[in-house]
Amino acid sequence: MWPRLVKRQIPSRLMVYLSPVFALLLSLLAGVVLFIIMRVSPLAALHAFFIEPLSSIYGLAELGVKATPLILIGVALSLGFKAGVWNIGAEGQLTIGGLCGGMVALYFYDQEGFYIIPLMLLAGVLGGIVWAAIVAFLRVRFNANEILTSLMLSYVAGLLLNVLMHGPLRDPDGFNFPESRQFSDSALLPTLFDGTRLHIGFLIALLVVALGWIILSKTLMGYQIKVAGSAPAAAEHAGFSTSKIVWTTLLLGGGIAGLAGTIEVAGPIGQLLPNISPGYGFTAIIVAYVGRLHPLGALFAGLLLALTYLGGETAQIQLNLPVAVTGVFQGLLLFFLLASDVLIHYRIRFGKPELAVEKS
Amino acid sequence: MLKKTLLSLILAAGVAVAGNAAAVTKVAFVYVGPIGDHGYSYQHDQGRLAVEKEFGDKVKTSYVESVPEGADAERVIRQLAASGNDIIFTTSFGFMNPTLKVAKSFPKVKFEHATGYKRAKNVSTYSARFYEGRTVLGTIAGKMTKSNVVGYIASFPIPEVIRGIDAFTLALRKVNPQAIVKVVWVNSWFDPGKEGDAAKTLIDQGADIITQHTDSPAPLQVAESRGVYGFGQASDMKSYAPKAQLTAIVDDWNYYYIERVKAVMDGTWKSTDSWYGLKQGMVEMAPYGDAVPADVRKLADEVKQSIIDGKLHPFQGPIKDQKGKLVVKAGEVVSDKELLGLNWYVEGVEGSIPK
Repeated sequence: MWPRLVKRQIPSRLMVYLSPVFALLLSLLAGVVLFIIMRVSPLAALHAFFIEPLSSIYGLAELGVKATPLILIGVALSLGFKAGVWNIGAEGQLTIGGLCGGMVALYFYDQEGFYIIPLMLLAGVLGGIVWAAIVAFLRVRFNANEILTSLMLSYVAGLLLNVLMHGPLRDPDGFNFPESRQFSDSALLPTLFDGTRLHIGFLIALLVVALGWIILSKTLMGYQIKVAGSAPAAAEHAGFSTSKIVWTTLLLGGGIAGLAGTIEVAGPIGQLLPNISPGYGFTAIIVAYVGRLHPLGALFAGLLLALTYLGGETAQIQLNLPVAVTGVFQGLLLFFLLASDVLIHYRIRFGKPELAVEKS
Repeated sequence: MLKKTLLSLILAAGVAVAGNAAAVTKVAFVYVGPIGDHGYSYQHDQGRLAVEKEFGDKVKTSYVESVPEGADAERVIRQLAASGNDIIFTTSFGFMNPTLKVAKSFPKVKFEHATGYKRAKNVSTYSARFYEGRTVLGTIAGKMTKSNVVGYIASFPIPEVIRGIDAFTLALRKVNPQAIVKVVWVNSWFDPGKEGDAAKTLIDQGADIITQHTDSPAPLQVAESRGVYGFGQASDMKSYAPKAQLTAIVDDWNYYYIERVKAVMDGTWKSTDSWYGLKQGMVEMAPYGDAVPADVRKLADEVKQSIIDGKLHPFQGPIKDQKGKLVVKAGEVVSDKELLGLNWYVEGVEGSIPK
């Protein structure tokens, strides 16, 4: 008798919010098994992964630094995904945003001015918006699938940055290596605490979480986004404009991703490099889903994902665990989350299908 | 309760640090890629293992692999410095600025950065003259190509890679003035798919020898299946292409790492800039493949030996640029400083450097 999935009449609301917690607990459990197989003390490994990075002010600050782009883009993607607009190319929008913000910083190299950082952030937002606008235009005008266009534009963005780094943006005193000058202090985000790298970008991320929450729960646009995603037919019937929703979510998402890019280059990096981001735009997809497509959820999920990265480094240093373990952990988390989601909407039944269908 | 736990943790940490300082030298490595079983980061890890073997209980080594060159590098390096390491090797160019930032806050910790150009009182730089190995490869290729077209799979247009292309081409045309080099840029240090495709394209364009400045064995495997020859990169890759591999440039950091760790133990460590090559054994050639005839082996050995003896410089004039203009006169050599920032092709390379 093979088990089958039978759709539940009413999925439990409580479980929708509990499933990330279950997913986390199950990943921990699977992690313990993994560590035992690898002949590492599970207690030491879990301590290295989840406790050690949080046991100092410096560690907590680093958690904020690592989580900032993930939270920002997590919120950005949540809004889009909620409306059924699948922007997979936040990585590209982040790259263009970082590039634009970075070019402003290089333009004002060696100059002072309170306006430099605001201008950089603005340039970053605009860069991200322009990049996302291409996707929105293609979708609305030609009905081109935004999953494909946004993803492919990510590669274009990466190559564009590469070309510029190997040419005009190179540090003139840098032996032709593809790096820009290091930004002047006036173009670096101020840090929040001395001796840490936690910068005001983290506060901006918190602000964006709050704004995202307000947009979703208090505005008409937020209502339209939610309806468009969960009941497209109803949205159309109610006269909500699909193209308006596509434009809004993509431009909003692109702008926030671009902002995240500028915050990265003006914050912890401090110069333009051929690779601004180690895939934050893609990791943020996990963040958005673990966070239940809710801005507040993205905050917690961003912190959690950031912690797995930090923990992975500690585990490598202390226990010589390979970096692949970090990837396995993140994969497990997403797997268990999706698995619990299936179980929220379906129940497992054994027995003959026909019989069950007749009875129900 | 919490306070007590914290206190005991701090005490334990203190004891641990004190205990280490007395007897054990802590050595850490930061790798840009996964260690895997061949290639650039693998060779650095071989160096780490060599340090462990040499000093046994007197050292404790650790590493962090696949560290992105960006915001993360600084955190990893700082964490290694804060956890009591005495010397930290950061093994990729992109770690340069993060290494210097962290070094500033940890004046007592020694840092060693590979392939960079910025130094400080507690930051040394080291690199290998891989281009010397390219001279040997170019010599062999010049003797063995029948189509007079050699394919070069390149990663990024940085001086390190251009230096390799130029050194290879100069040696190639010294023994075979008809031969030319076609370059394909794959914009990656490691991408088996792209590297393999590049190899196929080059072979389709008439190349009967492939050489690469990328890390995966894919180009060699393509060469093997298409019946042409190639050279291994960073590690001896003979197991991937037993017939096709003519030889390989092998990175050997072992001696340097042992030497520098010993200097820390003896208290003689100083900030230096080391650029070692065939002579010091930082660059080595893998055993020749069966396809290399005796006379070519002899010639390649001679070239290698004259570089070691200082009789031959890979960038020895006369050198012409792509337009045929004489840029280095006979009897002159290109200085190290110019080599470090090299950004032009010599005559015999097709195409232009991506800008």
